[in-house]
Amino acid sequence: MQRTTSARGITALVAISAALLAPCTVAMAQAGDAVAAPEHGWFRTDRGALYATLVVVGIAIVVAIVRARAGHPVKIRRMPALEAVDEAIGRATEMGRPVFFIPGIQDMTDIQTVAGVTILGRVARTAAEYDAKLEVPTSRSIVMSAARDIVQAAHFEAGRPDTFDAGRINYITDEQFGYVAAVTGSMMREKPAACFYMGAFYAESLLFAENGNSIGAIQIAGTAEPSQLPFFVAACDYTLIGEEFFAASAYLSGERVQLGSIQGQDIGKILAVGLIAIGVVLGTIAAFDPGGSTETAFDNLKSLIGG
Amino acid sequence: MMQRTIPIAILCLSGAIMVAAYFISSAQSWGETVTTWFNILAAVAFVLGAGNLIAMNLEKISSQRAGWGYAAITLVSFAFMLVVGLFKIGAVPNDKHPDIHFAGSYDSAASPFGWMYDFVMSPLTATMFALLAFYVASAAFRAFRAKNTESILLLGTAFIVLLAQTAAGMFLTGWIPEESAFAFLRLDKIKAGIIEHVQTAGMRAIMIGIALGIAAMSLRLILGIDRSYLSKN
Repeated sequence: MQRTTSARGITALVAISAALLAPCTVAMAQAGDAVAAPEHGWFRTDRGALYATLVVVGIAIVVAIVRARAGHPVKIRRMPALEAVDEAIGRATEMGRPVFFIPGIQDMTDIQTVAGVTILGRVARTAAEYDAKLEVPTSRSIVMSAARDIVQAAHFEAGRPDTFDAGRINYITDEQFGYVAAVTGSMMREKPAACFYMGAFYAESLLFAENGNSIGAIQIAGTAEPSQLPFFVAACDYTLIGEEFFAASAYLSGERVQLGSIQGQDIGKILAVGLIAIGVVLGTIAAFDPGGSTETAFDNLKSLIGG
Repeated sequence: MMQRTIPIAILCLSGAIMVAAYFISSAQSWGETVTTWFNILAAVAFVLGAGNLIAMNLEKISSQRAGWGYAAITLVSFAFMLVVGLFKIGAVPNDKHPDIHFAGSYDSAASPFGWMYDFVMSPLTATMFALLAFYVASAAFRAFRAKNTESILLLGTAFIVLLAQTAAGMFLTGWIPEESAFAFLRLDKIKAGIIEHVQTAGMRAIMIGIALGIAAMSLRLILGIDRSYLSKN
């Protein structure tokens, strides 16, 4: 019965995907005219390839969610960084030291901050269960408000609403290095046993991580800023790299539906690998046959993807 | 029930509008409206943040907690900047009011606000940023320890790139003619090869993963599948 429902759902999704891809087909047909006429119609033709990719990846993710809901097995590889969350908070509890959670320096308009505060919910719940002191210094007022709500909810879920202290979740400053000075100063004075860096980080990443390292804290970081990843990898015990960071919330929830969405991402990766392989083959052949039809096909592929 | 339903509905609607605004020309103004809503919220929340900043630092001072002196400096600086900013205090005399002090232009570099920014804020920020050089050195020292095959490869690659960045790199291999068959042995060529091919390939792989991760996470939030940011009570 479940399988039948799943099959019907997938058929419906295929129909929806065809409907969603229709504007893209129109965009491709108009692509030639778009060069001559820069004015856009109702649909942004210059973003047609991105739209098609988004629809395909979105449909793949929804299909994976539907399959997971129907009872198909969902297998996700272990993430050591997330397995270490309990260990880090447990260590802080045993040592009687606080836990620091830094949600980056961007506002809630940045998806990395959203990902960071969803992980905060899980960290806060564990901290509440263990009765560990959790400090969340923020650099944006809205992040402070969101973090307070999330931590309070975590305390309720842990059955410890009495231990919630809003005074531990503070707004420091919007100024990047002012925030760094305040947080690293607190680190040196309070000596937290565990530090979490989850969000959007820039030049301050290494200042945080090296200070945390110098006080012997267990450090778990997660960001999607490629330029900051090497710093976190060098100075932290565990690092969630790029997509792992966005998958963390679903991984920690343990819900089949959320885990299914992570599986759906893999279809997007297969699509990317396939396009790269086709590009490599066409590019190599075009190098030996300049001006031929293969070069035209290669150029078309590049312009389609957005190169 | 409503505490969860309304935020999810707002998020779904805002997310869908932002996606539509990116692809549909006529919907671009809707996206701008959503951004304006956020800016209004952020402005209101800033008052909340400033209130929290004052309360937190006053509490630190009254309870004489570790670092309470810094809290006092923070409050004094905050009050000073707020007063000179809100009252638009200028420094130099105004031509129309030569007898009144602080009647000059408030937005010039010579005003108290500009002076504090240029001669206090900027040097402090630059000092914090300069500390990064020492932290990079200590992090590199740990990262480049030759513990296993991967770390030896990392060490070797970093050594080549660092050497090529210095005058020693040109001194060692700069004599190899650029047109010769052995030009690939020049350190600047090896460095360019590492950065353009090896590093770029690795970075792009990470970027593709990030893009897919963002798409999946956004979809989970817009469809209301991931509600971990909301209270269950």
